[in-house]
Amino acid sequence: MKNIVFFITLLIFWLALTFSVSAANILTGAAASLITVLFFGKYLTGENTGKLLQPARYFWFLLFLLVFIWECLRANFDVAYRVLHPRMPIKPGIVKVELGLKSDLAKAILANSITMTPGTISVDLVGNVLYVHWIYVGSFDPAVYQNKVAGRFEKYIGRIFD
Amino acid sequence: MTDVIFRILLVIGVLFNFFGCIGLIRLPDVYNRLQSATKCVTLGTCSILLSLAVKYGFSEIGLKALVAIPLLFFAATVAAHALVKGSYSFGVKLGEQSVIDEYKDHADQKKNAGQDEIPGKEDTR
Repeated sequence: MKNIVFFITLLIFWLALTFSVSAANILTGAAASLITVLFFGKYLTGENTGKLLQPARYFWFLLFLLVFIWECLRANFDVAYRVLHPRMPIKPGIVKVELGLKSDLAKAILANSITMTPGTISVDLVGNVLYVHWIYVGSFDPAVYQNKVAGRFEKYIGRIFD
Repeated sequence: MTDVIFRILLVIGVLFNFFGCIGLIRLPDVYNRLQSATKCVTLGTCSILLSLAVKYGFSEIGLKALVAIPLLFFAATVAAHALVKGSYSFGVKLGEQSVIDEYKDHADQKKNAGQDEIPGKEDTR
């Protein structure tokens, strides 16, 4: 059942991408979707399907998107400033951040969001600990940088995906 | 009006891509260079794609440009993570300006546990 849903979603995505409804195009899309389902269908466990039907999650997702775009723009100006400044005010290092999230999907999304925000790249995730490369380590106190790096998104992502 | 927005977004995109390239040359080590390579270049390319979506509207080109933005986001972040982790486990050291490295303990533990299987690692150091 879930494979059929997956297949139809992929086919619609293909049609939106190629923007034509000729028979040859639909056949190609069906073949490509079928191969994708055969290879990757097993990763779709279906245990999260119930969460798709809770409207509150979509509200938090929209809010998260706005915060994320704002932080992303700030990240770009921040890095551009550090690059263009004659003395390059950087203080790089790798710090350890503990996450309060449970599901793997939420952790992956949080790691990706951290990579896109001011001067941080996630290096590795071990259990519940995320190692983050930070271009300007502002403080050596774990409580402070934990909040600075992950705190912005953690509450939103926890409400969306956990 | 759409033409003006298209031009502004295009100029912003090209400028940020340019900043990213400057960062790639100026910053000291591989980890900092990746910072500029992922952030500035991703925003620059997204801005260029957005300008295309504004110019062509709801058509084949515009839709494809919009779909490419989230794909680019995920591809860039995952690629940056893979490059950083790969270069760390390959033995590339942090630059001299680095102030803290909390990942070292974990990396050392992994090395001592016998997971050090990268061939030719000692030669390249």
